[in-house]
Amino acid sequence: MKLARVAAVLAAASILVAACGGAASPTPAASTGATEAPAVTPPTDPLGVVTIPPGEPVHIAQWGVLSGADATLGTDSKYGVEIAIDDRGGKILGHDIQLTTEDGLCTPEGGATAAQKLAADSTLVGLVGSSCSDETVGGIKAITEAGLTTISPSNTRPVLTDPTRDATYAGYLRTAHSDAFQGKAAAEFVYNELGLRTAATIHDGSSYAEALQQVFVDEFKKLGGTVTIQEAVTKDQTDMKPVLTRVAATKPDFMYFPVFIAAGGFILKQSKEVPGLENMKTMSADGTFSFDFVKAAGAAAEGHYISSPDFTAFGAEYQAFKDKYKTMFGTNPLSIFHAHAYDAANMLFAALEKVTVQGADGTLYVPKGALREAIYATKDFKGITGTLTCSQYGDCGAPVIAVYQITKAEMTQEGFPPKAPIWPKK
Amino acid sequence: MTTISPGGEAADPAAARPPGPPPGQGGRRASVRPIERLTDLAIAAFLWAFRIVVLLVVVVGSIATLASGKYSLETWVDLIENGLTLGSIYALIALGYTMVYGILRMINFAHGDIFAGGAFAGYFVAVALAGAGLLNANPVASLLSVGLMIVVAMAASTLMAVGLERVAYRPLRNAPRLVPLISAIGASFFLEYTYRGLFGPGIYAYPDVAVLGEAVPVPILNMQWVDVLVIVSALLMMTVLYLFVMRTRLGTSIRAVSEDRDAAALMGIDANRAIVLTFAVGAAMAGAAGVLYGLKFTQVYFYTGFYPGIKAFTAAVLGGIGNIPGAMLGGLFLGLIESVGPTLFLDGLNVPSPNQLKDVIGFTMLVLVLVFRPSGILGERIARGRA
Repeated sequence: MKLARVAAVLAAASILVAACGGAASPTPAASTGATEAPAVTPPTDPLGVVTIPPGEPVHIAQWGVLSGADATLGTDSKYGVEIAIDDRGGKILGHDIQLTTEDGLCTPEGGATAAQKLAADSTLVGLVGSSCSDETVGGIKAITEAGLTTISPSNTRPVLTDPTRDATYAGYLRTAHSDAFQGKAAAEFVYNELGLRTAATIHDGSSYAEALQQVFVDEFKKLGGTVTIQEAVTKDQTDMKPVLTRVAATKPDFMYFPVFIAAGGFILKQSKEVPGLENMKTMSADGTFSFDFVKAAGAAAEGHYISSPDFTAFGAEYQAFKDKYKTMFGTNPLSIFHAHAYDAANMLFAALEKVTVQGADGTLYVPKGALREAIYATKDFKGITGTLTCSQYGDCGAPVIAVYQITKAEMTQEGFPPKAPIWPKK
Repeated sequence: MTTISPGGEAADPAAARPPGPPPGQGGRRASVRPIERLTDLAIAAFLWAFRIVVLLVVVVGSIATLASGKYSLETWVDLIENGLTLGSIYALIALGYTMVYGILRMINFAHGDIFAGGAFAGYFVAVALAGAGLLNANPVASLLSVGLMIVVAMAASTLMAVGLERVAYRPLRNAPRLVPLISAIGASFFLEYTYRGLFGPGIYAYPDVAVLGEAVPVPILNMQWVDVLVIVSALLMMTVLYLFVMRTRLGTSIRAVSEDRDAAALMGIDANRAIVLTFAVGAAMAGAAGVLYGLKFTQVYFYTGFYPGIKAFTAAVLGGIGNIPGAMLGGLFLGLIESVGPTLFLDGLNVPSPNQLKDVIGFTMLVLVLVFRPSGILGERIARGRA
């Protein structure tokens, strides 16, 4: 204690000396040796300070679904974060970056477990994640209470950044778009562009799909359309015929099923085998924007619509990013939120650089509360998904939604993803 | 307590049994304390209430749905044939569970993943054949290709299962019964994540076989040839398996070992060989089921085996685990209930999106069957148990 005070006095004195000496020695670190006590006062912060001694890595985490049916979603985000780290040579402020990943299983329980495990790690400074909205619902409390902040690249459930969200969401932001935009865009496309008036929806019981189809239903009704039936399946279901048979009984012009890849593939493929649905127009959302989905649906995918972030609105860096993805991981992007994950990681790094206090010996002090504020204060951040500005409720993404159509050209590995959206028309 | 034997379970005053005096316990029953008797009574009342409520939902719901006339005859035919297709696949997988249980009294939880292994093997053969232009060259070539896929998948699954038995189960043969069970769960994860490591988390889609996608020219049926293929080949394989087990010397050796391993060994039967044979035959069925599943549902990925495995295990219990015709019946029953049940039972009660509840219905039916017939639909054989 006494030593610290002496050090502080010394530091103050040296600053004074430096100030008197004019521009000769602007940093106190230059005059004190590395072996002496740190020349800066460690910051204090209501949420705590993470101290990183010299030689120790800066520890960040990515959490999301890495196993099970929807593993591509989280793995894709993980790759995005790894590219962001690689782009800066694996270092921040002279320290190595250490990335921990935790599997949230795409469920609230899995998310809670992953988040609690990460929240207990006192070396952690910030997180990217989760993948599925359900994971955030389960895990965000633990993260916020540990003073940490997480930026999700792929949660799209509207309520997560709703103005009425409670204080446990203080540590939550996202670079993904809210489905309030996506569902509305889908409804407008179907009603105005396709000119269809009756629609059916299917969700899979996940909070993402249930909320998104509800936004679609509300917006579609607002425009004057009729919703014939709102059906639901379970995520692990393979046999969709019973549900589709029920849908066929209501004779809709159009069917919207914003679910994930596996279930979506089953629904689309089997919908063409149910009498009465052969010519129905179909559309799914960003959760199925993957070549895996097209493969799974087979010939049934032709003519299908998918809404997703507008990739043509992405910056020119996106092409280079995709090339790097391919060289690093040997595959085309697995899902659609890799660029959002890349931007989320870079936002985190930018905020870290802004608030971290560097000691003379290279020790880093990361005030967690200031870091959170700095992330919320992100403004005009140039990412590859667009220019990001965070709202006070944690929405950072640039919500440009487009609709793509799968044609013969997109049904091969090389042809996917589609080059340009068919809506909105430019 | 070192081992769990059927006798040990019976001595346990477990109240969660159906009412009625269990054999040989009359003396004990008179001496139980009043509080225990009350608990027994309450549970018996609950079980009766459960039966009545479920039956009521089924009957009232079915009548209401049928009376509403919302669904045409064709819809019901669709749902039923759909249930039969799914049920045949469940039944084929269930055979492996039930045979291994019959001979080792062990649940081979990795069986679902052996099924997935067959699906993967079939996929790679299909892709190779499609690449060589044979898969859709003409109907005969297509059928031969499918045959080849099934044979390769059966071989791959059999190899995996035999290897698994040697590595994960045989060393634990004489360990307490829970030990190989845990080993099986571990083996299941091991296989799943081996697939993930080898093939990645992505989804593989079976190439389309044009002939199988064509409609069967029978008016009301609205079936595709793939459904016919699944149902017919499943029935065929189950018949062959049944004859193999009941009519051949090898089958007799399996039955002998499953009735009493020690006595069978004394009679000169190689118990190890019978057990390996059981694993091999069960896995071959699962491998074939994998290809049929792939042809019907298209998608294969590392997690494919999990849910069908659970469902098939349920089917095996439903039919009476350890009993081969029981597994077939249980599979078909479960497939039908899952397909027809939600619409038939719940639609008339105005339950929104009832299909989400298909598992609830499936498992409620399982409980209901077990409440009325604790050893499953055809499960007398294991009721005798092993001393």
